Amino acid sequence: MPSPAAPALRLSDVSKSFGSVVALRSGSLSLDAGSIHALVGENGAGKSTLVKIIAGLYRRDGGTVEFQGQTVDFRSTAEAKAAGIAVIYQEPTLFPDLSVTENIFMGRQPTSRWGRIDRRAMRAEAAALFARLGVDVDPDRPADGLSIADQQIIEIAKALSLDARVLVMDEPTAALSGNEVERLMTVARTLRDNGCAVLFISHRFDEVFALCDTITVMRDGSYVSTDAITDVTVEEIVRRLVGREVTELYPKQDAEIGEVLLEVEGLTQPGLFTDVDLTVRAGEIVGLAGLVGAGRSEVAQAIFGVDEYAAGEVRMAGQRVPRRDPVRAMDLGLALVPEDRRRHGLVLDAPIARNITLATRGRLSRGGLLTSRRENATAKDWAARLEVKAAAMDTLAGTLSGGNQQKVVLAKWLSTAPKVLIIDEPTRGIDVGTKAEVHRLLSSLAGEGMGILMISSELPEVLGVADRVVVLCEGRKTAELSRAEATPESVMTAATAAAGPTTHGQEKVS
Amino acid sequence: MTTLAPEPAPATKPPAARPQSRLASLLKARETGILLALVAFLAVTTAINPRFVFSTDGFRDLFLTPSILVVLAVGQAMVIITRNVDLSVGSILGLTAYLAGRLFLDTGLPILVVVLLAVLAGAVLGLVNGMLVAFARVPALVITLGTLYVYRGIYLQWAGSDRINASDIPDGLLSFGTSSLLGIPQLAIVSFVVLAVAAYWMRTSRGGRELYAIGSDPAAATLYGLKDKQRILTAFAASGALAGLAGILYVARYGTISSGVGFGIELEAVGAAVIGGVAIFGGSGTVVGAAIGAYLLTSIDRGLPILGIPDFWQRAVVGLLILGAIVLDKVLAERQHKKLLAERHRS
Repeated sequence: MPSPAAPALRLSDVSKSFGSVVALRSGSLSLDAGSIHALVGENGAGKSTLVKIIAGLYRRDGGTVEFQGQTVDFRSTAEAKAAGIAVIYQEPTLFPDLSVTENIFMGRQPTSRWGRIDRRAMRAEAAALFARLGVDVDPDRPADGLSIADQQIIEIAKALSLDARVLVMDEPTAALSGNEVERLMTVARTLRDNGCAVLFISHRFDEVFALCDTITVMRDGSYVSTDAITDVTVEEIVRRLVGREVTELYPKQDAEIGEVLLEVEGLTQPGLFTDVDLTVRAGEIVGLAGLVGAGRSEVAQAIFGVDEYAAGEVRMAGQRVPRRDPVRAMDLGLALVPEDRRRHGLVLDAPIARNITLATRGRLSRGGLLTSRRENATAKDWAARLEVKAAAMDTLAGTLSGGNQQKVVLAKWLSTAPKVLIIDEPTRGIDVGTKAEVHRLLSSLAGEGMGILMISSELPEVLGVADRVVVLCEGRKTAELSRAEATPESVMTAATAAAGPTTHGQEKVS
Repeated sequence: MTTLAPEPAPATKPPAARPQSRLASLLKARETGILLALVAFLAVTTAINPRFVFSTDGFRDLFLTPSILVVLAVGQAMVIITRNVDLSVGSILGLTAYLAGRLFLDTGLPILVVVLLAVLAGAVLGLVNGMLVAFARVPALVITLGTLYVYRGIYLQWAGSDRINASDIPDGLLSFGTSSLLGIPQLAIVSFVVLAVAAYWMRTSRGGRELYAIGSDPAAATLYGLKDKQRILTAFAASGALAGLAGILYVARYGTISSGVGFGIELEAVGAAVIGGVAIFGGSGTVVGAAIGAYLLTSIDRGLPILGIPDFWQRAVVGLLILGAIVLDKVLAERQHKKLLAERHRS
């Protein structure tokens, strides 16, 4: 429903880079007052960056932002907020030690004379906000321990109390159950009817089509299209989301698929994942797909023994992998390349050589002593094999580019000679050229008989590299697809299958 | 996730969402526990040696001796609540005490002007800490450890082996340091006023509440658009100014100023805050708790010799107290967290 007046918020050709990584190439968006606008795109399409620019958290590198017809350049979240823009982030950000009421009003508490906070007025207003939202939250309780749904309610109450003209909701429903989603949608509609411009970001098309008036699609950091919701179909939107030829980018080498190496049965951890079954065979690359928050990394960490699980069993070549014992898991031939390589994969302040030999120090040392020469010699072999581009083995890992850092982490784990490699987001934050190198490497490792479990949020990567795709949605396995069955549509459908396990072809592929 | 929330109703507490009664929240407060510990200690010590409280000196010392540490602990609590720490307060105390002494000796300025200058000097030194922490983004532990030595170094360089004696200090200030008003030592009254003002500000002003918010989750504070740098500067400047005031209190109480003044007292201030329930990672605790912690620490210091416990054990008791407070804090926090989680899953 376009209104005749200037849009509440308009972004044109907005761009943002971090170093050499382009997070947002060309974002465009126009929000009208009294309307709910959906923004959809794959993970990494640049939606969150766009939101953070709107929120004043990032400053744009290029393009224009107009708020109610005037060009603006928010330098802080405070400025955006003062202008009337409220943002609800994917993960609510509250102060755990403070009361719910204080969380709503922090920074703009009602004050009486002498700047004294009027606690009674503040509490009454919080209670009124909750009454208006139709929820029962104790305004005096601390924010610590609130469910994600209730935290989101606090965020919405915050936005309401701001009397925001523009409300951005970044995947607010990702962690909510059916009733909670319904409650949230009711609130969004009320706000719309009060003349607020709402931006709703979601992966769930049923919600998008039920709630929104207009839909904008983004892909690879760029604007693709904007339509009235009544003019498009889910199929059309999915096609635009994916929108490119996927196979050519990904050199896939045929590998002999052998015996089962890794078996996971009924893995369950309440609140994170439920009853997950998986197998990885020698020479096979299994893609683990799903939306952010579907529980993929949690499953991987449980398998490797970093995190706890309540029920289920993990076996490597028939031998039981104990819970919470990564060292034993490594002995049995498992390796895990974590998602956040800077925090969990590397010692940034240590040289490349030390990073590469980190997992094999016991084997390399003689009588408990390890010389730099031995370390460098081993590291050099691996660095050469993976084509790590660095001046010397004593270059600090933190100074390398994302792609080269990833290669160092890979080298570290490959030097332990694993039978099964679990790799979480292998190409996140890596430029296109190096991406292809990483893919080629994974493919050739599989060719040598290694089993690979690859978690990836990039659909083309999953489809291009994997022999088989397991899809998780909200912690449950919703599909297991062979390479032939896996299409952008089938994977996306399974990944967004909000309700109940819709079991696709459960047959084992071999 | 659906797996986590099968309940039909919104995942909130059942209707019992009523504000706690004042009495209940008072009884539950961390400060109450530490106050009881203090009262118990005083009771036991007095039972063994009644002169500990029931004598002119004993009663006076009860309030007089802790007053310097109370002022420091209040400032320290404000800094710790923002998830920082100020280790330089001992050096600031020494430096401002000497500065005051020199001003009396060399200039003959009125007492009140000297007091203001000392407090101001403390605030400036604190501001330096604050700026380094807020803008250089180096942990406060490291920054203030550095300024601890720098400030002490400046002091040593300036004072050398010089020493200011009570005869150089105006009688007005010295008599203020020893006299009482309605039976309460005047220095103690100063510390009460400081405590009351700080407690009121921390509880009822936006600035005070934002100190808690910043300490509770610094990243969220940024997202809220709070002026976090400015608030951290305020906390450090306040801590410095209070250390300056503590320097004056020191001069008033002891009269003699040598280069060792204030040495090591910063750790007592941190200890007092922690014992008094200020979470070392920020976000919770009160300046009142820190002050009670200071009373407890000082009373133990004075009381153990009366109980006939050797000097070595006094130190160990203080250490155990700090460890106990931290462990208790951790246990209580976990229990509270679990309770809140359990409430959420129950329905």
